[in-house]
Amino acid sequence: MLQFILKRLGLAVLVALTVSFISFSLLFLSGDPAAALAGETASGEDIEALRRVYGFDRPMLVQYGEWLWQALQGNFGESYYFKLPVASLIADRLSVTMTLGVCGITFALLTAVPLGVAAAIKPNSLIDRVALFLSVAGQAMPSFWFGLILIVLFGIQLGWLPPSGASTWRHFIMPTIVLGYYAMPAIMRLTRAGMLEVLNSDYIRTARAKGAGEGRVLFKHALRNAIIPVVSLAAVQMGFMLGGSIVVESVFALHGAGYLAWESIARNDLPTVQALILIFSMFYIIFTFLADVLNAWLDPRMRSS
Amino acid sequence: MKNGFMKTTALALALSVSATGAALADKANDTLRVAYTKELENVDSYFNSSREGVVLQRAVWDGLIYRDPETNEYKGNLATSWEWIDDKTLELKLREGVKFHNGDDFDADDVVATVNFVANEENGVKTQRNVNWMESAEKIDNFTVRIKTKDVFPAAIEFLSGPVSMYPADYYAEVGPSGMGLNPVGTGPYKVVEVVPGQHFVLERYEGYHDSPKGRPSISKIDIRTIPDVNTQIAELFSGSLDLIWQVPADQAEKLAEMGDQFTVSNESTMRVGYLSMDAAGRSSMDPNPFQDLKVRQAVNHAINREALVDNLLKGKSKVVWTACFPSQFGCEQDVAEYPYDPEKAKQLLAEAGYPDGFTTEFYAYRDRDYAEAIASYLNAVGINIDFKMLQYSALRELNMKGEVPISFQTWGSYSINDASAMVSQFFKHGSLDTTRDDQVLEWLNVADSSNDPDKRVEYYAKALQRIAEQAYWAPMFSYNTNYVMSKEVEYTPTADEVLRFTNMSWN
Repeated sequence: MLQFILKRLGLAVLVALTVSFISFSLLFLSGDPAAALAGETASGEDIEALRRVYGFDRPMLVQYGEWLWQALQGNFGESYYFKLPVASLIADRLSVTMTLGVCGITFALLTAVPLGVAAAIKPNSLIDRVALFLSVAGQAMPSFWFGLILIVLFGIQLGWLPPSGASTWRHFIMPTIVLGYYAMPAIMRLTRAGMLEVLNSDYIRTARAKGAGEGRVLFKHALRNAIIPVVSLAAVQMGFMLGGSIVVESVFALHGAGYLAWESIARNDLPTVQALILIFSMFYIIFTFLADVLNAWLDPRMRSS
Repeated sequence: MKNGFMKTTALALALSVSATGAALADKANDTLRVAYTKELENVDSYFNSSREGVVLQRAVWDGLIYRDPETNEYKGNLATSWEWIDDKTLELKLREGVKFHNGDDFDADDVVATVNFVANEENGVKTQRNVNWMESAEKIDNFTVRIKTKDVFPAAIEFLSGPVSMYPADYYAEVGPSGMGLNPVGTGPYKVVEVVPGQHFVLERYEGYHDSPKGRPSISKIDIRTIPDVNTQIAELFSGSLDLIWQVPADQAEKLAEMGDQFTVSNESTMRVGYLSMDAAGRSSMDPNPFQDLKVRQAVNHAINREALVDNLLKGKSKVVWTACFPSQFGCEQDVAEYPYDPEKAKQLLAEAGYPDGFTTEFYAYRDRDYAEAIASYLNAVGINIDFKMLQYSALRELNMKGEVPISFQTWGSYSINDASAMVSQFFKHGSLDTTRDDQVLEWLNVADSSNDPDKRVEYYAKALQRIAEQAYWAPMFSYNTNYVMSKEVEYTPTADEVLRFTNMSWN
């Protein structure tokens, strides 16, 4: 198990480095940070001066090396846009995104797994049809539109929830539903498919034959095996939510890390974008890694492969 | 994210249920709640370049001089009188008894420190144009200062009444721009009590505000939140948790106006002008370069139906513009060549220029994609085949500075500075963004920019603007406008410079 973990960990670090290098080079090609920094009113000379002050005139590899060295020491530099340390800027926004991501995935799992199991127990029943309908709708509906519909309904017409912002827990209810709903269909379909396959397998028949109760069969024998692919998927979805809740954050005015990343790209705020890409890819890598370990724990066969 | 159809559907739904949403302003708490669309980078007005920043600047700080937005008359604010003692030296008498929000007294040392800090290029003020005309400031006595300009600079009074605000010397020296951005201190009608960078700003009426021409504020608290999505802003307005939004797109403002009894919708012009810039200097790699030919530039000008763009897309108080400046600006001569919509004439001019079948060109834009596409279709219609390219502002600007853009849709807001130099002199004086490089225009603009005689300035700006129009270097098209939507409880008359003035707002 330890060897397995170390191997995965080494791979994860390499992936993170590659991602940061590729993103650095792409950003480098995408526009002139000095022009973005200087704003509308600057003259050509102003921009040249800024270019020298910030060191944009040096070779890319030198700039990348310097950035990486500083980043390893926890120093992500100062945001060109906000003129504040990137680390504190991101820490502030990340709490919103993390809250949203954790709530979103919890919501998705708590609704999707039971629905998936129920649908698998009675395939083609009413509950299966309803679950199918929900999942198709979830995939088809753009989240900004779903978000606005919820705002109209609960924020304006019924007046139960505040339309936007992040100051209380009530502000997070609608964003959680929108974000979680997007991840729900995939988890539910995978749970259903996994359960159907497992329920038809020999060991379930054996378990039933030895007289195990239906609940024990479903949850101890079937679900534990069916859930393995769901764990991987949920981990990937979680990584996706932390980096990709841009739309939800924008509609609900949440000012999280996803929205910050989106805006920072448009503003050519290189230090912020770089740091966020590194953090997002780390999330992805950590969650994939955790999913691997969790799967290895759930299924001993995976440890050897 | 920008799916117009779906958004409109959601909005239509919002509007249809609106009857149930009670739009109650927070009048009881005397708090006006406003939404910003963009994340403001830094409240320190010298270190941001956005409209949102200008709005805060006018509330939190004061300039030495004040321009009445109605009459355009200059009045003393932190200075009580001023006088040019030579071509490049302005002497100002300062107001006594003014205190900053932190209790510091305002005097000549604050003016000297502010001017000397912002005028020094190394301090990296973001909006260099607003400050780089100043050489330095010098204290004569506690309430008399002299500001020296680098060159003769007749627009000095306009700049001192606009973007140049006075900062407390000791505090600013201690905290710098970042500290000022987080805990702003000024002499203005409102003091800042809370800043969450980019997200949330809370202002409170400054009870010790001096007897300024801005007047005393009526509303005691201003709460500003950044809400990026305009649909969400409208939803907040419906739910009664916002009182004022602006920059509302024309179609949505129209729907809100139709609802009559809940909201006040006001439209006001802004100083932003939309124009086509063409590579008349032949800097781009096009070979042959059609835009070097006067007839082609005239054809472009004739190809565009400006009235239709204004009536159907921009709407409101937008107007057709023929000049390389905003009509209200000092020196912005309106008697220039005009090119009415005439696609047949455009085709004929293209044929005369040797392009009977038209030609193909890249066409760049960075904002207002719908306008840019409409313009492109007008050009397509006369045979100029458009290879449409939408870029980020900074990317397009970089290409432009390198001279690689044959034709582009540009806009310029002049920083709300009511002087033609803020636009025509920005683009026609052979800088890196000058796509024309006309020596004659440069010569005339140099005279106009550096004369202290108003009549002479008007005369030379007129010459330059008339030549620019005759040569069809640009195709100026229209001015922009903005829609303000307010709860019925709020009383405010917007001004044509797109500066929200909280001081002039009150409850009905």
